[in-house]
Amino acid sequence: MDQIMGNIDLLIQFPIVNLKIILDGVMIGALFALAAYGLALVWGVMNVKNLAQGDFVIGGGYVSWWSYHNVPYFHPLLGVPVAFIVMWALGWLTYKLVISRVIERDLFTSLLATFGLAIMYAQLMNLMFGSDTQSLVLDVTGLGLENNYYFADGLIDLPAAKVIGVVLAAILATGVILFMKRSRMGQAIRATAQDARAARVLGIDTEKVYAFTFSLNSAICGAAGAIIVMVWVIQPFYGITYSIRAFVIVTAAGLGNLPGVIAAGLGIGAAEQYGSHIFGIGYQQAIAVILLLMVLIYRLVQQRRNRQVMQ
Amino acid sequence: MKLKTLSLAAGALFASTAIAAAADCATIEVGAAISLTGKYATNGVHTQNGYEFAMKKIADNGGIKMGDKCYNFNVTYYDDESKGDRAATLAERLINQDKVQFMLGPYSSGMTKAIAPVTEKYQIPMIEAEGASRSLFNKGYKYLFAVLSTSEQYLASAVTLAGEKAVEAGGKASDVKVAVAVENDPFSLDIRAGVLEDAKKLGMKVVIDEKLPRDLSDMTAILTKVKLIKPDLLIVSGHSKGAATAVRQIGEQKISTPMIAMTHCEAADVTGNFGAAANDILCSTQWAETLTYEDPIFGTAANYETEFKAAYPEYAEKKVPYQTAQASAAIYVYKDAFERAGSLDKEKVRDAIAATDLKTFYGSIKFSEAGNNVAKPMVLRQIQDGKYKVVAPSAFASDKVNHPRTN
Amino acid sequence: MKIQKIAFYGVLLAITVAAPFLFPSFSTQLATLWLFIIVSMTWDMTGGQMGYNSLGNIFFYGTGMYVAAVIAIGLVYDVGEYTGASGGGRYDFTNEQYILGFVLGSLGAGIFCAISAVILGYVLFGLRGPYFAIGTLGTAIAAGELVSNWDWVGGGQGITLPVYSGDFDQTKLFIYFAFAITGVILFIFLKWLYTTRFGAAINAIRDDEEKAEAMGIHTMRYKLVTWAMSAFFIGVVGGISAFQLISFEPLETAYQTINLGIFMVVCVLLGGKGTLWGPIIGAIMFQIFKEVTWNYFLGWQWVALGALIVVTVVYFQDGLMGWLRTQKPEWFGVVVDDKDGEAVR
Repeated sequence: MDQIMGNIDLLIQFPIVNLKIILDGVMIGALFALAAYGLALVWGVMNVKNLAQGDFVIGGGYVSWWSYHNVPYFHPLLGVPVAFIVMWALGWLTYKLVISRVIERDLFTSLLATFGLAIMYAQLMNLMFGSDTQSLVLDVTGLGLENNYYFADGLIDLPAAKVIGVVLAAILATGVILFMKRSRMGQAIRATAQDARAARVLGIDTEKVYAFTFSLNSAICGAAGAIIVMVWVIQPFYGITYSIRAFVIVTAAGLGNLPGVIAAGLGIGAAEQYGSHIFGIGYQQAIAVILLLMVLIYRLVQQRRNRQVMQ
Repeated sequence: MKLKTLSLAAGALFASTAIAAAADCATIEVGAAISLTGKYATNGVHTQNGYEFAMKKIADNGGIKMGDKCYNFNVTYYDDESKGDRAATLAERLINQDKVQFMLGPYSSGMTKAIAPVTEKYQIPMIEAEGASRSLFNKGYKYLFAVLSTSEQYLASAVTLAGEKAVEAGGKASDVKVAVAVENDPFSLDIRAGVLEDAKKLGMKVVIDEKLPRDLSDMTAILTKVKLIKPDLLIVSGHSKGAATAVRQIGEQKISTPMIAMTHCEAADVTGNFGAAANDILCSTQWAETLTYEDPIFGTAANYETEFKAAYPEYAEKKVPYQTAQASAAIYVYKDAFERAGSLDKEKVRDAIAATDLKTFYGSIKFSEAGNNVAKPMVLRQIQDGKYKVVAPSAFASDKVNHPRTN
Repeated sequence: MKIQKIAFYGVLLAITVAAPFLFPSFSTQLATLWLFIIVSMTWDMTGGQMGYNSLGNIFFYGTGMYVAAVIAIGLVYDVGEYTGASGGGRYDFTNEQYILGFVLGSLGAGIFCAISAVILGYVLFGLRGPYFAIGTLGTAIAAGELVSNWDWVGGGQGITLPVYSGDFDQTKLFIYFAFAITGVILFIFLKWLYTTRFGAAINAIRDDEEKAEAMGIHTMRYKLVTWAMSAFFIGVVGGISAFQLISFEPLETAYQTINLGIFMVVCVLLGGKGTLWGPIIGAIMFQIFKEVTWNYFLGWQWVALGALIVVTVVYFQDGLMGWLRTQKPEWFGVVVDDKDGEAVR
């Protein structure tokens, strides 16, 4: 209790800390949002709840890490497009082998099947890359930038890697929104999401749309992972943390609300940082999960109220 | 790295028993549950390599001699997946189905805590090399022996050192403010308990006391507090990943704490991975290759490192972690105890182990009533210009400590 | 028919009693098998019979472990002192204290879990379909994280219970029979329960909750009572497990969400959801698969297990019993009353 009061006191004593926490939260939240982004897509379009989401993220991180160590002159930033492409392929494969068979099934099926996938992927990564934590150090001094920017007497630090991560995340997110609005495929995806049977009648190859959506999801996750490996560390079994965050964000934002996903992602990032500042970092995971439960219960209450209004 | 792990997994797949017995020697069956997968896999493999290397070395030197007969070790390994309940089940299987009469320890205090009650129940001697938590040695276990020093000693000398530096600067030891960030697991919590006790003894104030989550990848929240509260000593402990995360983010956030001490620097290879960011960090170690320990099988500590690197080229670029050295030492204790017992009877061997008084390349080994090694001190090293230099205790120190850190 | 049936159950009971004496070195695995059978059967009460797929039943297992340990220790010593990180003192238990702690602890764990199921269920049963699964999973994860930060029960250190100082083989048999008796009681209870009006009511909830409500079934009450009964049995076996494992910690052993928490669901799916025998057969199949892969595919066991889950869920979701029902409908169709016994032969 004393510790909690002390921590709150710090926030008041050094108001600048609030800015620091929010900045950290936003930078983390942007990456969570990317993982959630793909989940919102597959959930909305094909009604698949992908628990292997986080493992795609980690997979992307390992693609970038592996390339860096095995391909000469490989710049960590290149990892983002490379991971995007490799994870696209893996997503497509996963779709063809497993996901295509669970789309029409009840909701619990996809949850369990992707859980099985998550276990498999995590272990395969462990066998391939070892269980060490891995990370890449992004050195941008060659590009005329500094690796770290400091403000407010060094209290606020903005590592270039995090800033670039946020920028890349923003580019990816806008890219997907534009793609959904403008391209033929994007329109087909939206049509399928609204009514798959009607879309099929109108000549849309929904099978192709599903495959595309799932691959896109996996690719976005992969790109997020390639950013994360530059900012934090990855480990084969860290996937679950990103999966949980993705579920929290999508549940909070609601389906089919891509801008909402971004807002929720940033908000949850900040909430988690505040929570772990006040209660201690040991509670970080608990805070994320309790947020999820609170969102679920809030939705439930809202639903009940709506039902009463309708009656 | 990738292929190596694969081939290791594949090797373990088809032959869980590893060592080929030297020509004429009989075998002694030994069992070990070890973390080959899961969060402790890195150090689990370090441990297994230490066991394997020592057994090979002993076999090359004529094996274990009992009268006119000779024996070699044959270890049955299982993967405990870094999970306690799995480790306990596997220990039962080793004893019941594989009928082993002697056990080697797993990696980490947590796994050892899970296995120790089982070996105790079956009265099977277990020499372990990787479980340092004191909570292992207050249960009255009679068949558990640990070659390493217990965890409260890991960072005790760092606390003392911080006190001395405060006095040198014209202050008092009680002026020192301590920040503690440890992983929420038995080993690290015991480190924390030790540091808190020492700090209390010297009248120091603990200003930050946080636990890191197990799937930790981000310490910024704690480091921000460190920046605000400005402690004089920062203690971090969280196996390999805790060390890696801490060193990276300490560099990134330009933490200016004058003294930072942590565990598992070598296992996480912080100098290789993060370069200058690791400079002037204090690392506690059970063993260092620069120490003047020696024994007839492995030679000097330095010799151990050279030969080990020759046998396992993947360690060529980094330090041989002490986790490996102490695993080898555990095998050596077994050899010595078997020879003194002159029998394969587990009770006689247990008594022989309890009476161990041995000088090894890893340090002296002598067990207390509770089974922990009381003859070997911990060593504190500082990373100076990418090299590990022993700075405490003074009897072993090769260099002076840099204080405050430069960053 | 009647005699056959008695003979069948008689043989099963005889096997149950004789197993640990016939295969003494496997008695730990046999005990674990019973654990899997029990948690699978309890999962099927809500998942198979009532249509509420919980992914968080492991909450009751972990809570059961902790409640049992706290009761057993608390009867003799101060819990906070006992679990203290560096506790210098030694804590000995007499045999009487141990056995009393075991019995009261396991029962207390069951009762505590039943009560917490009613409280949690009151909130969580409002969630439908996958949200119920996610909500229960979240509850279990959150509980594990919170317990791991709670120093009074040892936090991340976990708890190490005392070792029984009496004859060792006796303890093993004792633990085995504690599991086996719980399992047999649960089986008899469920066999009876599923034939009653109560069983029909929870099946109605599974088939169409709205309609069941309209028919005047107080659905919430039924859901809560079912989950509480299921939680009671998981809590009891959680308590027994605590004494079997002796040393356990919160995240990987007690609230092992992604191990036992999911395995119980897979067992039920393997054997066949919504049947009396499905979970039992599934648990046996799963356990055999697990032991084989863990022995012969070191390192790859988790890949194999993940693959098993995917294949089961995607291709054989009706499980063995479902497959049998389509293959041999006469086994099920002829004498409805007798379907369960027949399927095994």
